Amino acid sequence: MIDLQLAAAEVFMVCAICVVLLVDVWLPDERRLLTFRLALLSLVGAAVCSAYYLPNGSVTAFSESFVTDPASAVMKIFAYLIVGLVFIYSRDFLMRAGLFKGEFFILALFALLGIMVMLSAHSMLTMYLGLELLALSQYALVAFDRDSPIAAESAMKYFVLGAIASGTLLYGISFIYGVTGTIQLGAIAAHFSQPGAITVPALLGLAFIIVGVAFKFGAVPFHMWLPDVYQGSSTPVTLFIGSVPKIAAFALAWRILSESLGDMHGSWQTMLAVLCVLSLVIGNIVAIAQSNIKRMLAYSTISHVGFIFMGFIAGTEDGLQAAMFYTLVYTLMAAAAFGMVILLSRSGFDAENLDDFKGLNARSPWFAFVMLMVMFSMAGVPPFVGFYAKLVVLGSVLDAGLIWLAITGVLLAVIGAFYYLRVVWFMYFVDPVDDSPLDAALDFRVVISANGLGLLALGLFPGVLLDLCARVIG
Amino acid sequence: MLANYAPILIFLVVATGLGLVLLALGFALGGGQKDAEKLSPYECGFEAFEDTRMRFDVRYYLVAILFIIFDLEIAFLFPWAVSLDTIGLFGLVAMGIFLAVLIVGFIYEWRKGALEWD
Amino acid sequence: MITISHYLVLAAVLFSISVAGIFINRKNVILLLMCIELMLLAVNFNFIAFSRMLDDTLGQIFVFFILTVAAAEAAIGLAILVVLFRARQSVNVEELNSLKG
Repeated sequence: MIDLQLAAAEVFMVCAICVVLLVDVWLPDERRLLTFRLALLSLVGAAVCSAYYLPNGSVTAFSESFVTDPASAVMKIFAYLIVGLVFIYSRDFLMRAGLFKGEFFILALFALLGIMVMLSAHSMLTMYLGLELLALSQYALVAFDRDSPIAAESAMKYFVLGAIASGTLLYGISFIYGVTGTIQLGAIAAHFSQPGAITVPALLGLAFIIVGVAFKFGAVPFHMWLPDVYQGSSTPVTLFIGSVPKIAAFALAWRILSESLGDMHGSWQTMLAVLCVLSLVIGNIVAIAQSNIKRMLAYSTISHVGFIFMGFIAGTEDGLQAAMFYTLVYTLMAAAAFGMVILLSRSGFDAENLDDFKGLNARSPWFAFVMLMVMFSMAGVPPFVGFYAKLVVLGSVLDAGLIWLAITGVLLAVIGAFYYLRVVWFMYFVDPVDDSPLDAALDFRVVISANGLGLLALGLFPGVLLDLCARVIG
Repeated sequence: MLANYAPILIFLVVATGLGLVLLALGFALGGGQKDAEKLSPYECGFEAFEDTRMRFDVRYYLVAILFIIFDLEIAFLFPWAVSLDTIGLFGLVAMGIFLAVLIVGFIYEWRKGALEWD
Repeated sequence: MITISHYLVLAAVLFSISVAGIFINRKNVILLLMCIELMLLAVNFNFIAFSRMLDDTLGQIFVFFILTVAAAEAAIGLAILVVLFRARQSVNVEELNSLKG
């Protein structure tokens, strides 16, 4: 029974999804809003479960294949929050595009369930199942807009590359299983802590696992799917895919690389460092050439992935905390950025191009300011929270003695600032292409303003979230 | 240190090599000239009635998709049935929950009309 | 005598064939789906061989789950394929090129 209590949030989520699904299939189209409200309600319920059954330390359940600890609980609650933002931002856009169907919310909740399982995974099998639940829901979400040829094409690309990633990851896991004789993460860690346990087959498995992880993160050179998927899917789906799953990618790297293969740190540090530098270079430089805002944000994601990797490369507890802080901050920033893209879209018109941001200040000074906060935060300008996120990861890398990596990071962050500031320049100093005023529902305006101001508030008081990360992880 | 990665390098070389060799073998051993007569489909001495690459109705795919999903869940039922003696009530309840979730999926596809042929 | 390494080599060969198939294939998306299945089967082979070597059932349980997930994956893949075909009237890999940058 105690096992089920530890998995209370997941059990609740499964039941809630089944209820939402059953309600939705009997609902006439004009009452579809009920699905939306039920989906939000299940997020609240899951948050209550996660908070109520929060253990003091790390407790395992279900024959050690599932673990609940404060770090996973904090990240789960953060994930509910972001998915809630996604739902609120998406509602009106989906209605205008004729895509307001129950499946969007159900698939998103299933993906969230996958993320929750990954965060709590304590066995390779649990991790794999969570990963697939997330990935399969995402493939379906990308193809959600059935009449769009580019959505179908990007879904196919995403599916094929994602399946290769899963296959590669599994191939690596099979070697780790062969070497250690177990799939429990704790037991694997115990095996590799013995001297002389790091053998050639183990390294082979590790290399395949790294490739799988890099694919899921979208790190260069395994990033090909990311810009296509961001551009091809309809904006609410991009909003979802661009934000919450990064928490899952963090969970994958954290549980597998740091927790179970932590003693092989010396071996995977170099591989991650290569991926990190490549991601920083390609992400920041190619982003400058983009005229499509979704594609630009995709390359910006790739560069942020490089920064998240830095925390893992440091290999210290501080590094892990920094990576967690960066991931959480990044999801908040991404949600706000894509929320702004949705805000600028009207019926029959996707705000896809950078030009659509021209003269935003003349059309709506407040939302131009919100976008300014998001862009400054992503670029890492103080006092916004993105600055502290970069500061802590760079600090952890410096502490680990990797000065060259820190310098590369700073240089490329400066180059990257150019394309974020270009958006700000467009908004304030270029004449608008069209003057129609922005219209959005009240809750949308309130939530996106809070999201943007949150980036400023967290930047003014970064200690709140930093202390939380430091307390729960390590 | 780098020497440890030699197997991976070998693996990659073998992977690429094997792919190329298999392709090359196809070209080399395939032999013969391909003329129009040879490439035409053979149908018991008749002229072909229709194009070989016949398009299937998309509904067959739908049936295939539904079949795959429900077919493989059976794989869990066999080991469960064999070991029911040892897992007892817990196993019974667990499988009940599993099937209940499947039924939710079944209700979904039924209500969405995936089971209708027309 | 067939040893564990024979099984591992076979699995590696199958894995390589599937990877090569995915990257060399330029004609039909359905072939991609078949290669993905082959890749997962190669992994299953590895798990079964290790499971036998270690005399441990965990690997076989893992294979059960991989099989089920592979079925779900194939179903999603086919569904996306149907959507793709409806949108473009073609399943040719070379024509999947409208997204660039």
